[in-house]
Amino acid sequence: MPERNLVQAVRDALYEEMERDDRVCILGEDVGRKGGVFKATEGLQQRFGAQRVLDTPLAESSIAAVAQGLALEGFLPVAEMQFADYSFPAFNQIVNEIAKVRYRSNGDFACPLVIRAPTGGGVRGALYHSQSPEAFYCHVPGLKVVLPSTPADAKGLLKAAIRDPDPVIFLEPKKLYRAERQEVGDGDSAMLPIGVATVVRRGADVTAVTYGYMRAVTLQAASRLSADGIEVEIIDLRTLRPWDVESCVRSIEKTGRVAVVYEANRSGGWGAEVAAELAERCFASLDAPVSRIASPDVPAMPFSPTLEHAFMLNPDKVADGLRRVARY
Amino acid sequence: MPTDAGTLTREQVLDAYRTVLRARTLDDRRFVLNRAGKLAFIISPRGHEVAQVAAITALQPGRDRFCLYYRNFAAALACGFTPEELMLSAFARAADPSSGGRQTPGNFGSRRRGVIIGSSTVGPQIPKAAGIGLALKWKGEGALCYVSFGEGATSQGDFHEGLNFASIHRCPVIFFCENNRWAISVPQPLQVAGPGVAERAAGYGIPGVRVHGDDFFAVHLAVQEAAERARAGDGPTLIEAEVLRLQSHSTDDDQRAYRDAAELAAESARDPIPRMRAALMQRGWLTAEDDASLREEVGREVERATEAAEAAADPDAGSLGRHVYADA
Repeated sequence: MPERNLVQAVRDALYEEMERDDRVCILGEDVGRKGGVFKATEGLQQRFGAQRVLDTPLAESSIAAVAQGLALEGFLPVAEMQFADYSFPAFNQIVNEIAKVRYRSNGDFACPLVIRAPTGGGVRGALYHSQSPEAFYCHVPGLKVVLPSTPADAKGLLKAAIRDPDPVIFLEPKKLYRAERQEVGDGDSAMLPIGVATVVRRGADVTAVTYGYMRAVTLQAASRLSADGIEVEIIDLRTLRPWDVESCVRSIEKTGRVAVVYEANRSGGWGAEVAAELAERCFASLDAPVSRIASPDVPAMPFSPTLEHAFMLNPDKVADGLRRVARY
Repeated sequence: MPTDAGTLTREQVLDAYRTVLRARTLDDRRFVLNRAGKLAFIISPRGHEVAQVAAITALQPGRDRFCLYYRNFAAALACGFTPEELMLSAFARAADPSSGGRQTPGNFGSRRRGVIIGSSTVGPQIPKAAGIGLALKWKGEGALCYVSFGEGATSQGDFHEGLNFASIHRCPVIFFCENNRWAISVPQPLQVAGPGVAERAAGYGIPGVRVHGDDFFAVHLAVQEAAERARAGDGPTLIEAEVLRLQSHSTDDDQRAYRDAAELAAESARDPIPRMRAALMQRGWLTAEDDASLREEVGREVERATEAAEAAADPDAGSLGRHVYADA
């Protein structure tokens, strides 16, 4: 199997799905001739033509709206928002239109499409290229939200998202685009189901539920804690809506302790919902309060390296948080 | 000087006139039912009916797509909705074909009729229609997408994004603005900069046409010409139909509070339905006797529709969670 980084895996998934089904098409700013600002669509316009890989005007609301129109007519569009921070001009189209098509028509219409967007920080992207807006979309019934953290997961879940009968918000941690390479399968064997978490590290003392770039950070934190005799079990949710409650519950029943580690602002983040659900489900198993390890409640991640570092979770901060839960 | 009937036959025009009468009679009945406490909320097409039916008569329901807005009660009838179906929607009954009682009446949808399910926010259907138009262009079957909206919607960014996209890609779309000069209480001078809506077409390099909305034949001709351009691959057209809002914005509004009484009286004297009737009589296509029996027939039809809808079942409370996703 070929070795791929995350952005190459995204591109491979798009390529394979476009080869497989000629209803699949791509639209967005700079996705065609340039192949995307992160090269997620590199070479696709040359292969599939300017119609199926469409450079749109710089206008996110119409990118979402046009994707919706194509989906309503039987195409399977994958729209790219250049940065997740820039998806907000399309918020009404996504939340009021796309997410509610099936519900408000009582099942007469459906809107299967994918909206891809690079998410998260740690790349000196400052306030408007670093945000983690997943909670806004997770809050909306009718949408599915996927946020993978490895090349294989990105490929398998993007292929599943394109074949899903409902609209999927597909968030890609840009910090991981070129962070690691791994062997990634081809074709249907690469597919992964939406809504299934994965246990990435076994441990008996404390459960860390995480996703996205925080998976890698939590893994490093866990190595440090292991030296202190604390073994962390790490669950990568991979899909945020629907999310795999049962895998988390099983782990907490074993460890009796849980922290949710997420890169977004602490208050009202999706990790807060995960924490609330787990507190409700696991009360009798818990030996410590359910904890959130998240970013501070400032508007977004600043440009200055000092301030960016102060904002971002890192292995030290996560290890401190997990140690507190383990020793509570 | 009446506008030429063009290719329209007497039967087509009488059929359209019947649809106009149906819309008005249904609307009158809905207001009675609202005052009696039986219907919660109504948005009236009063004053817009002739323009709406004239426009749809120039198109091909079943082949074309229609993105309607909440004042398009008469347009929905022209697209094939029956009086009983619209009454089912007014009563929010389970058998409401648009949404099974989920949406306020005025959000029309029917996949088999090509009426794309609407929503209650203002303007999102405009760029969506551009996307549908793009899909129809790709399919190459000669179908077009008709999208309608009030002049208030032209203040939205989605108006610009939709026209810009549709013009760039020469999408087969007819943008039909029903300008009644009032967006709830805000008059055109505080809503629309410049001389009007039609002039804005020039900025997109597409034809912009202004028509008297009470002239059935003029509206029909304008839409027919726009349809010919769209089907020939010559792209979109923006039509501004000048209409009167002879009723308040909705049953939750009373326009006497913010509009001049003399102006309201003058407008009600310009009701487009008597003008359409006079035009038909002038052509010798309708006699006073025919008109009386037609009105009687429509009255009975509306009576039956009301009785059937009032007696129909409400949605089952257990259906609340259905159609959020494909599998539920």
